[in-house]
Amino acid sequence: MELLRIEGAGKRFGDFVAVDGITLAIPAGRLTAIIGPNGAGKTTLINLATGALSPDSGAMHFKSEAITHLPVYHRIRMGLSRSFQIMNIFARLSVLQNILVPVLARRGRAGIPFHRMELETGAMTEARQILREIGLTVEENTAAGALSHGDQRLLELGIAIAPAPELCFLDEPSSGLTPVERSTVLELIRKLSTGRRTTFVIVEHDMDVVFSLADWIVVMNRGQVLAEGPPAEIRENRDVRDVYLGEELPA
Amino acid sequence: MTGRPSSRVAILIVLLVLALFLLPWVAGRYPVYLAMQILILALFSLGFNLLFGYTGLLSFGQAGFFAVGAYACAKILLAVPNLMLGLAGGVVVAGVAAFLLGILSVRHTRIYFSMLTLAFGMMIYSVAWKWRDFTGGDDGLVGIPRAPLEIPGLFSISMAAMDRYYYVVLVLSLLAIFAMYRLVRSPLGLTLQAIRDSETRAEFSGVPVRKYRLAAFTIAGMYAGLAGALLPPLENTVTPPIAHWSTSAEPVLATLLGGVHTFGGPILGAFLFLVIKDIIVRFTEYWLIWFGVIVVALVMGFPGGVMSIFAKRRS
Repeated sequence: MELLRIEGAGKRFGDFVAVDGITLAIPAGRLTAIIGPNGAGKTTLINLATGALSPDSGAMHFKSEAITHLPVYHRIRMGLSRSFQIMNIFARLSVLQNILVPVLARRGRAGIPFHRMELETGAMTEARQILREIGLTVEENTAAGALSHGDQRLLELGIAIAPAPELCFLDEPSSGLTPVERSTVLELIRKLSTGRRTTFVIVEHDMDVVFSLADWIVVMNRGQVLAEGPPAEIRENRDVRDVYLGEELPA
Repeated sequence: MTGRPSSRVAILIVLLVLALFLLPWVAGRYPVYLAMQILILALFSLGFNLLFGYTGLLSFGQAGFFAVGAYACAKILLAVPNLMLGLAGGVVVAGVAAFLLGILSVRHTRIYFSMLTLAFGMMIYSVAWKWRDFTGGDDGLVGIPRAPLEIPGLFSISMAAMDRYYYVVLVLSLLAIFAMYRLVRSPLGLTLQAIRDSETRAEFSGVPVRKYRLAAFTIAGMYAGLAGALLPPLENTVTPPIAHWSTSAEPVLATLLGGVHTFGGPILGAFLFLVIKDIIVRFTEYWLIWFGVIVVALVMGFPGGVMSIFAKRRS
């Protein structure tokens, strides 16, 4: 089944064309990686798909419904989600509360006044389940801003999957991590993509990661899709090798 | 962060409430009058801090809604001498005003939001000043009765004695404080705090951020309205200066004094603000200068507000 369809999406900032008429389909259940040099338009593409930016041209459909002009929160409710390249968590809230915010929103209970939080048992159970999955159960009551960088990355991932999305974009989920933390995060993504009904699309710079994790690779350059295909095919692609000239593609 | 107050804090609160109920028996007219002023400023500041400390929006225009509440209550009491009607009217009219101006204000954040609320506040100030037929212009509204608390045909309690009115102010304040306490600990309170910490992350968590900001703005306006509505039956007059931006500064200062990030901060701050002011005016007419010095010293000495002393001791 086709989850997301992007048709001729374009976005420019002044004279700079960030995304230049991209057409792309993301099917359900295929872990897709988007790679490309800096400024290729990867993050802009995520911003267009999730509604952080609105496109100058083109259209987007999610589960066959037009979402091109829907507000962000609406797309989240439909089953889209994302994490951010630059850390974006609720720093003053506890780890558990960080997860509770999207869980309550999805359950339509985010605006309930006066009701004691302890009585939101359904949301509490669901949030604690997510904490178990990302391995932050012990830190439940720690302020998110006080976590280590690696744990904040895990929390960010937890917030991204908390709306129970069908499609989740992860923008450089392992950036700034030590090799050990990096493999923890990647193992977690692998586990989540099989254990949950979530299709992940990750943007990554680390080629080892991309080629070991992804089922499908989309290579972007100068705002366009240069090539897409399974890892083995991309590895042999001449255009891709030209773009990554001097960089060693993993064998 | 999610914890309930410790038993020691609970005992302190019970003793405090008890003392407030006993106040008219042990103290003269002036302390009772001052206590009412403190309660009114505490409600005003609590509403302000729902916006500032919990939602991350610094409003400089809350005096506008305070004045709307006061004028609405005064007009109602001059027409129908029924205290409950006057107070409820003040809250509702201020809430409607906050909702309407909020639609425009919450489209912006940070300094733009602050400037916009300042402008709307001053707009209300000039309405109070210029709309002579309705507001009495610079003379204000005078002879506002301290109307009885009554439900026609059921009961009627005279409010002629100030002590009786004190109990109305006290009970309503305690109820409003309790309601706010429950509010900030509810899912709604959590969502507002999430918006404060990261607007983008909240939006991407599925929260329609602008609607929630508008809700917070409206509730803050209703608290300002309640605080304002409690004033005319006490003073028997309402004049335009209560809508001035310097009135908007009072909850800002009280909240900074007491502590932005604790629930009780604005309440403690309202107490400190009025007591310090009350003491200084006895010594000098240039009270504002000395008051400024003390506020600066306290804010620099306790960056998290005076309330942070208690928080530190507990941890």
